[in-house]
Formats: sequence, C-alpha cells, structure tokens
Amino acid sequence: MTTLQLKNITKRYKTNTVLDGLSLDVADGETLVLFGPSGAGKTVLLRLVAGVIDPDEGQILIGGEDVADIDAEHRGIGMAFQNFALFPHMSAFDNIASPLTATRSTKDAIAAGVQKVAKLLKIDHVLTHHPKALSNGQKQRTALARALVGSPPLLLLDDPLRNVDAKLRFEMRLELPRLLATQGATVVYVTQDYKEAMALGDRIAVMSQGRIRQIGTPADIYNTPADIEIARLFGDPTINLLDVTPRGGADGVYVELSNVKVSLPGMPASVVGQICVLGLRPESITFTEAGAAGAIPVTVEAETPLNEKTVTLVLTVRNREILVSRPAGTPGPTSGPAHIAVNGKAAFLFDKASGALIRSTATSLSHNGEAA
Amino acid sequence: MENTSTLERTLRLIALTLVVVFFMFPIFWIFLMSFQTNETILAIPPSIVFTPTLSNYAALITGKLTTAAGSLDIAFMRNLGNSIFLSVTSVALALVLGVPAAYAFARHKFKGSEDIAFTLLSFRFAPPLLVLLPLTQYFQWLGLSDTYFGLIWVYQLICLPLILWIVRGYFEDISADVEYAYRIAGHTWFATFRKIALPLAGPGIAAAGLLAFIFAWNNFVFALVLASADKQPVTVGALAFVTSSGIQYGQIASAIVLSVAPTLALALYAQRYLVEGLSLGAVKG
Repeated sequence: MTTLQLKNITKRYKTNTVLDGLSLDVADGETLVLFGPSGAGKTVLLRLVAGVIDPDEGQILIGGEDVADIDAEHRGIGMAFQNFALFPHMSAFDNIASPLTATRSTKDAIAAGVQKVAKLLKIDHVLTHHPKALSNGQKQRTALARALVGSPPLLLLDDPLRNVDAKLRFEMRLELPRLLATQGATVVYVTQDYKEAMALGDRIAVMSQGRIRQIGTPADIYNTPADIEIARLFGDPTINLLDVTPRGGADGVYVELSNVKVSLPGMPASVVGQICVLGLRPESITFTEAGAAGAIPVTVEAETPLNEKTVTLVLTVRNREILVSRPAGTPGPTSGPAHIAVNGKAAFLFDKASGALIRSTATSLSHNGEAA
Repeated sequence: MENTSTLERTLRLIALTLVVVFFMFPIFWIFLMSFQTNETILAIPPSIVFTPTLSNYAALITGKLTTAAGSLDIAFMRNLGNSIFLSVTSVALALVLGVPAAYAFARHKFKGSEDIAFTLLSFRFAPPLLVLLPLTQYFQWLGLSDTYFGLIWVYQLICLPLILWIVRGYFEDISADVEYAYRIAGHTWFATFRKIALPLAGPGIAAAGLLAFIFAWNNFVFALVLASADKQPVTVGALAFVTSSGIQYGQIASAIVLSVAPTLALALYAQRYLVEGLSLGAVKG
C-alpha cells in the first residue's frame, strides 16, 4: 500500500496539451477511478505515473517520495494495459512471471507465485499457452495476473475490461473489487464505462481535456454532477435535458412542462427568469393516470428493454423527447397517449450558458448506488 | 462455376509457367553450360544433348585454366572465399551497428534523428561510381586500399542503410505498450531491448540481414576498384575468364553456378523468415 500524489502535472505533445496542470491525491489503499471520454488524457496520466514517459511540468509522488529520478523499472508498480500488451513470444507463465524474474527470485519462488495468482484468476490450466492461443478473456486475465503477481503497492489498470466481451466484462466487474481488496493495493483504474466506474471506485475522478472536472464518491458524482456533461456521462439511459426558464410562485420555484407546473423544492429564488437546462433522470419520471396531479400528457413512441429496466421514449405536446425508465416487468403503456409525472425532488438544474450545476435537489436520494 | 474455375486455373498455370520459364531459363542454361566445353557451347545450333564434362569445375578448383594460348592461373576459389568472408563480416558488422541504431531511431525521437536516419538512407541514392573516385583517394591516404578492413568498411554503405531502415520499421511495429509492460515489470531498458524488442523483430532482422548479404555478395564496383586480385570477390574474379585467347564460357558458367549457390541456398533456407519478415504484422500479439 502506498499513496500517490500528482501536483500540477502538465504534459504536451508538440502544441497539443494532453494534461493541463492536473493535481490528484490517491489515499493509501484507495481505488480511484479515472473516468472520461477517450482523449481525456487518462492513459497518458497512467504512463506518467508508471514512469515510461516524463511530465513536462509538475511532480509525481509515490508514498510521499518524488519519483522524477526513478526509472520505470524501479517504481514497483503493477500495470495492466487496455490492449493487454502481453509478450507474444512468451508463454502465459513467462508473461506472468516477468515481474518476478526481474527481482532474481528462485525458480521455485517464481513458479509458486505464478501458480498462486493464476489460480486466483482461474487461468492455471493455460499457463503453457502462448498469447496467440489464449481467448480474449484469458489474455485479459493473464495481463491482470502479470500486474498482480509481484503484489505491487500501487496498481495501475488501464481500462482492462475494454477489449473483452460484455458477458466477461460483467463477471469481471463483480470479481475485480474482491480481487483488488485481497491485494490491499492502492489502485488507479481507468475506464470509459460509467457502470465500471461506479462499481469499482471508492472515488471517481471525471477527466476531460487534460483536467479533472469533478472528483468524488460514485454517489456524489451521480447525485450532484458538476455540469451537464458529467450528468450526461453518468447514467443509462442518459439523463433527459430540457431547456426551461424557472418561474417563481408563492410555493417556491417551479418550471412548466407542457403547461403543467413541476415544482422544484429547495431551488433558490435567484434562478427565476434565468435560462436553464432541467435534468431529469429517466428513473425519476413515472407513468401516471390522466387526472393525477402534475400529470403531463405525452405520446408513447417506442419501448426498449435495457437490462433490468424497460425504457420508454415519449414525446411531449411540444415534441420534446423524454426517456422514462421503470423496472422491467412492471406495467406501463406501450403505445398511444399517456401521462407522466416528474419527481421534482430528483431534478437537476443547470445554467444553460455555462453548463454548470446550479443546484441539485437530488441530495435527498439515498447514497447507495441506485444508478447501477 | 466448375468450368470457369478450371479454365481460370489452367490460364493461371500457363501464365505462371511462362513467367518461370522466362526468368529461370537463363539459370538453367548456365547450369547446362557449366558442364559443357567451349566448343559445344558455341556450336550452332545449340543443343541440350551433349556429353557432360566436369573439366570446368576441375579447372576452377585446381586453379589451372588451360587455354589455346597456354596455361593460366586463376584464383577463383580464393575469390569465392573472399566473397564469403567479406559478405559475412560486412553483414555481421552492419547488424551489430545497425540493429541498435534502428532501435534508437524507432523508439527515441531525438533532435535531428530523422535527418540522421535520412542521411544514412541517402547513401543508397548515390550511384557507387559517384563516390568511388574520392573514396579511392581517401583509401590511399589512409592506407585502407587493398585491405579487407577497407572493403568491409565500404560495404557498410550497402548493408547499413538497408538494415537500419528495414529493421527500424519492425521495431516501430512492436506496440510500445509491450515494451512498457516489460519495463514496468522491473526490467532495464537494455533487458527490454534484448528480451522483447529483439525476439519480436527477429524475422525482420533475419530478412534484412539476408537482403544485405545478397547485396554485399553481388557488389562489383567497390571491390573492382578498391582491392587487388587476392582480396577480390567472385563478382570481380569472374573477369579473369575473359582471356587473351577468348572468353571461357564454360568456366564462367561453372563459376556462376558456384557463386550463386551460397546465396541461393541461404535464400531457400531463410525463405520462411523472408516471407514472414517481409509481410510485416507478424509481431502482433
């Protein structure tokens, strides 16, 4: 276990600034997920920490020690790559053993170490195979085994589940937290999949364009996304975003959707008249009866099952598209006119111009991973 | 369907046969000539029915050439030895120098690296005759003319750029992540070069080495000008058969057969590497 600190890291490739004064603290034993679209600089960040490339500016401290003058081979880091980066001319055994051979352990110690981690990852039966003869899942496990075998205090995992099929990704998403917990290592995990980020991270750092846009627990990011972009990235189906101009009344701030008042409890009066974007998670919208309070008339356009949810696309009177999700198996309209009700307590309001979150009313939601 | 594919196959066979005959017939003819005397070779019309003789090979191996004008000493076996020595040593030196350089050019973009690499390639642009005159002068000043060392040095003009540029491509083809993975696992850059980069670029290095060997073997003009008889390779040595009393076609043919044999054998042996090596993408994990 160790800590990792990045201080004002800048990395440029010619005129292109990949990392822009980025700072980050990862606590001892923590799993920090770096989440962001491709090109955000996540992989470059990992390579800087690993020591295979050097930052133009800034400091990297591992366990409180500046590692600027420490070469990659002496940093004691385990790393798994997105494309696995297995050594194609070596057997799975030799691949996994490579961090152990570097320290000149005895043959028996190496074999024991490899066997142990291979058993843990259920690849002990393919150790004699070369990477070419391994399935994608086995390659991925071999790459992971190689990163874990030396029990490094700091583990860097660069989107290790990116190139495996959906079923395996699901299995590994369940298996990885347990695996990482047994290692007790400090982990930096890169992913583009928000579910992976939510499932694995103690904290999530949302990156884009070489900066960290928001850092917090999965629940924080889901319930109080710093801006529209982050709200859009977290959540499946995607959050509904509607242009609105809030109004004020005796009973607080409200917005009008298809001429139906939706009150936003707890929203400050200062937003009245400001051009805003209303963010509504599909799960905070429900179908309701025509006569019910706050019922908004819509037309059902399409319905798709999505894992354990049923997602319905509806059109409002003003032709705005809204996604509504409900647990699979619960009844709901499949076509024609219907009515929806919006849970104003779970709505987000963003400033239209800057995209920044004005205020979320969602803090009342529970904090235990309702997004998954 | 069946008909067209049969027709297609037949046409393809005919086309292939034509190509093979066109390119292989001279070699076949030379092979036949090497077992004939000058008289049967020059007979009109030529015939492929003749009494084979080993006298040409015997003359080459003993080094005694009997012509109408009398007996002549030829150093063909020595030439052959020179060819082998010069080519092998030149390629070995070019590999020792070129492979690490290719790795450096592939992995480290330092200031001026492209310019240096291009300059090295440009050695291949100039016709050898262009540099030959000044080279001859240097070599005389430096005392390098008519030495094996000097010839091997000049042969680097042929071998080094070839190896550098081909092998560099192979190193660039290896995913940097694979090397990073080995570094991060705790190995030095040199161990990474030896254990990861070299084996993965192996087929490419073999192919480049073989090509360089063939180019070195076939070189004529450097050796002609810069070396005297006892250091000359077969390409130059073959000139000895143009004697005052006529051209010894039989001996030339057998000399050609003997001098083609090593490269041909090497190429056949290394064919697997050549195909694998020159068709890239062989190192994708």
